[in-house]
Amino acid sequence: MSGWETVIGLEIHAQLATKSKIFSGSATAYGAPPNAQANLVDLGYPGVLPVLNAEAVRMAVKFGLAMGARIATHSVFARKNYFYPDLPKGYQISQYELPIVAHGSLEILLEDGSAKRIGVTRAHLEEDAGKSLHEGLPGFTGIDLNRAGTPLLEIVSEPDMRSAKEAVAYMKKVHTLVRYLEICDGNMQEGSFRCDANVSVRKAGAEKFGTRAEIKNINSFRFVERAINYEVERQIELIESGGKVVQETRLYDPDKGETRSMRSKEEANDYRYFPDPDLLPVELDAAFIDEVRKSLPELPDQKASRFARDYGLSAYDAGVLTASRELSVYYEDVVRAVPHEAKLSANWVNGELAAALNKENLEITASRVPAERLAGLVARISDQTISGKIAKEVFESMWADGASADQVIESKGLRQITDTSAIEKVIDDVLAKNPGQLADYRSGKDKLFGFFVGQVMKATGGKANPAQLNQLLKKKLGS
Amino acid sequence: MTDLHTSTLTELAAGLRARRFSSVELVRACLDRIEASQGTLNAFISVTRDSALREAAAADAALAAGGGGPLTGVPIAHKDLFCTQGVRTSCGSRMLDNFVSPYDATVVARLKAAGAVMVGKTNMDEFAMGSSNETSYYGPVRNPWDTSLVPGGSSGGSAAAVAARLVPAATATDTGGSIRQPAALCGITGIKPTYGRVSRYGMVAFASSLDQGGVLATTAADAALVLREMAGFDVNDSTSVDVPVPDYVAALEQPLGGLKVGVLKEFFDKGLDPKNEERVRESLRVYERLGATLTEVSLPNLPLSVPVYYVVAPAECSSNLARFDGVRFGHRCENPRDLQDLYRRSRAEGFGAEVKRRIMTGTYVLSAGYYDAYYLKAQRVRQLINADFVRAFQSVDVLIGPTTPTPAFALGAKTADPVTMYLNDIYTIGANLAGLPAVSLPCGFVDGLPVGLQIVGPHFSEARVLQAAHAYQRATDWHARVPRGYA
Repeated sequence: MSGWETVIGLEIHAQLATKSKIFSGSATAYGAPPNAQANLVDLGYPGVLPVLNAEAVRMAVKFGLAMGARIATHSVFARKNYFYPDLPKGYQISQYELPIVAHGSLEILLEDGSAKRIGVTRAHLEEDAGKSLHEGLPGFTGIDLNRAGTPLLEIVSEPDMRSAKEAVAYMKKVHTLVRYLEICDGNMQEGSFRCDANVSVRKAGAEKFGTRAEIKNINSFRFVERAINYEVERQIELIESGGKVVQETRLYDPDKGETRSMRSKEEANDYRYFPDPDLLPVELDAAFIDEVRKSLPELPDQKASRFARDYGLSAYDAGVLTASRELSVYYEDVVRAVPHEAKLSANWVNGELAAALNKENLEITASRVPAERLAGLVARISDQTISGKIAKEVFESMWADGASADQVIESKGLRQITDTSAIEKVIDDVLAKNPGQLADYRSGKDKLFGFFVGQVMKATGGKANPAQLNQLLKKKLGS
Repeated sequence: MTDLHTSTLTELAAGLRARRFSSVELVRACLDRIEASQGTLNAFISVTRDSALREAAAADAALAAGGGGPLTGVPIAHKDLFCTQGVRTSCGSRMLDNFVSPYDATVVARLKAAGAVMVGKTNMDEFAMGSSNETSYYGPVRNPWDTSLVPGGSSGGSAAAVAARLVPAATATDTGGSIRQPAALCGITGIKPTYGRVSRYGMVAFASSLDQGGVLATTAADAALVLREMAGFDVNDSTSVDVPVPDYVAALEQPLGGLKVGVLKEFFDKGLDPKNEERVRESLRVYERLGATLTEVSLPNLPLSVPVYYVVAPAECSSNLARFDGVRFGHRCENPRDLQDLYRRSRAEGFGAEVKRRIMTGTYVLSAGYYDAYYLKAQRVRQLINADFVRAFQSVDVLIGPTTPTPAFALGAKTADPVTMYLNDIYTIGANLAGLPAVSLPCGFVDGLPVGLQIVGPHFSEARVLQAAHAYQRATDWHARVPRGYA
């Protein structure tokens, strides 16, 4: 694949977390029985009219401000006309020529640690369509319009990404942001956050973009990466074997791990966009925009730099800890209890805790060890009641039983031995029991120092204070 | 009791409140006249006798108890594109022949709340597309003045019903003249309010940026009373305007003195029948006698109204009518083979020729490569027409001219050539494009057929145009003439 450059742009659809739909009063909750949340407006009944949900507008503005975009004081809803059974009115209401948000950007962190700015062309409001149902309806197609009219923010990037990894980093960045702003629950399985990827390849150094394919409706980070990588390989192979990429819409099949053609440009609909005469243009004044700006929470990037600065964390650690708002809250709850151990706390949150969560596929909010308890553990390491190594064992018990660090330490007798005479006694025992090794050490086998440390630790059940042990052992060995 | 049908709505409402007659008597009289006329006029698509009599009895009970609203017990008819809960709302189309609305339009709900009793749903051009009521799936409506002639359209059923005194008033809608043109051709009074004055919620859309609900009645005073009850902001219609509704009835008697009348040069063009023109000129002299001053005014872009309208209206209609796809409601073809077949046949069978023509035209003007040349250009010209009106209203209070170029024409006379038919709306379309309130009222006769006078005012000047119409009706009696056989 050398000699080729990949060009990727993403269109992300984020379902806005409003209580009611964008143009009707129906609820937006997921999982209701088919059509239980579809009123006459959602069903496109004769004579009904859309009324814009102000909360959806506020959320779009929040997003725009959070990525430094221009907020349009005048934006317009248009009709995108096409026939489909899950589109009750025969048109989708969407913003076309005049979107509410334009010209923003987000910064992603590349693998080499450097930052890259990804342009966001626009973000516009639109309504979602319903769903066709086939299961359990032999010979028929059912239609569920619960999702019809759910508010979406479509976030369109510039073709600024050059690899599947960059695309995933960008998508994660947007995912983090919408959840920080509490404008989207980010649930990808339920389709609340999904994307279309525009992918093309060109010879390295070429100025013109290659012909692109659009891969539709990808709903996981992993699939985005796989779909793009598959598509890039397909396009390169096609061109290298003398073929030509055609502009088309493709579908990613996660089971087969491949993309396949849905429809070509020639078969594409002419959507006949025009301004929706049922809705007035959205006019926003500076006071409203300012008010929304003031309501913005601390954003991920701001929070990451604050973490790095105030807690002395690496950019990487700060980035990980702020990747979700909930995680950053958890971390700060820990730090609040052990303010002088911010770095150690970060290691624990990003280390043992993250691993434990990962293993059981749990969100931070469902952690078996709440922030106060993890802080309790960090405090015991900090005051040398236990060593870092013992702490891992304590953590495992805490995770399994829901006990506090102190309970585990007491019940298992894991308190670290810091009594010099006690440690000295164990050292003496070990040396006495291993005369051969002692002789070898004394004749120059320095490496055996570790052996004696190990033996003492074994004898104390790992509870000897490591620093003290080192110091005392060295003294005893007379080196 | 025998003169109930020739009383005005205002008189009937007063008579009901004074308990000189009951609502049941009045409603029954209306129902009997409707049924007797159906064979000749065909003004109604549905007659709701049972519910009307029930509502009338309830109205009588309310009146007897000293309650009731301004219209309690008064019979009215609704154009069959206002959704009426539990009653078929057909829009004059086979597509909705089986459609029973599950909800009331805001207009219907408000008139119900004011106490009005619905006696039925009136015939109309299919989806309000037509100027002669000949495109209805339920057959044409005939003009009570001469049953070989059309009543105008698209609110032909409502106009014929009021003209024949089957009901004292009826609701109607006006997208390019559909209230005013049939009012003129049937010799009655009709008002198309300012765009946004009356809620469009529950009014099946033809062209959303032009459609406006209004009233057909025999007098401006009656129209004022009904409009007062149906107008006003509605949270369900984003294009309805949150401006308080003045008491149009109370404003009627204000003197006209000093009214500055603009005589629109472009309305007196070569298409205007000279005899129609005579009647209109006579009416202008009546206004002068009433103390108005006349000034000639020119709106240079107004002659472009018809071409602009026939781009904008079909464009919006092509999209508005997409929901009639045979999936959720309305006509569905037998045994569809697949989805495309379901769409094609349901729509091909459900829609008539004129509706199809406009859907095709609208689809074309919105298509990639044509949008700028047609739709966008039309919207720009629409702005120019609007600006012409705004300029005119800087120097005059109202514009007065003819409503139509000619009196009613024969059934079938213009059906072969759509463009000839479209030109019948040449004087009315401007007010829709600019969203202005306009009244048509009878101003004399030509060869035994009524002629309409049109009064157009600035936005939200309903009180003023109704007042001007009322003053004219105080000075003349054209509005009191009843077609032979219906007196």
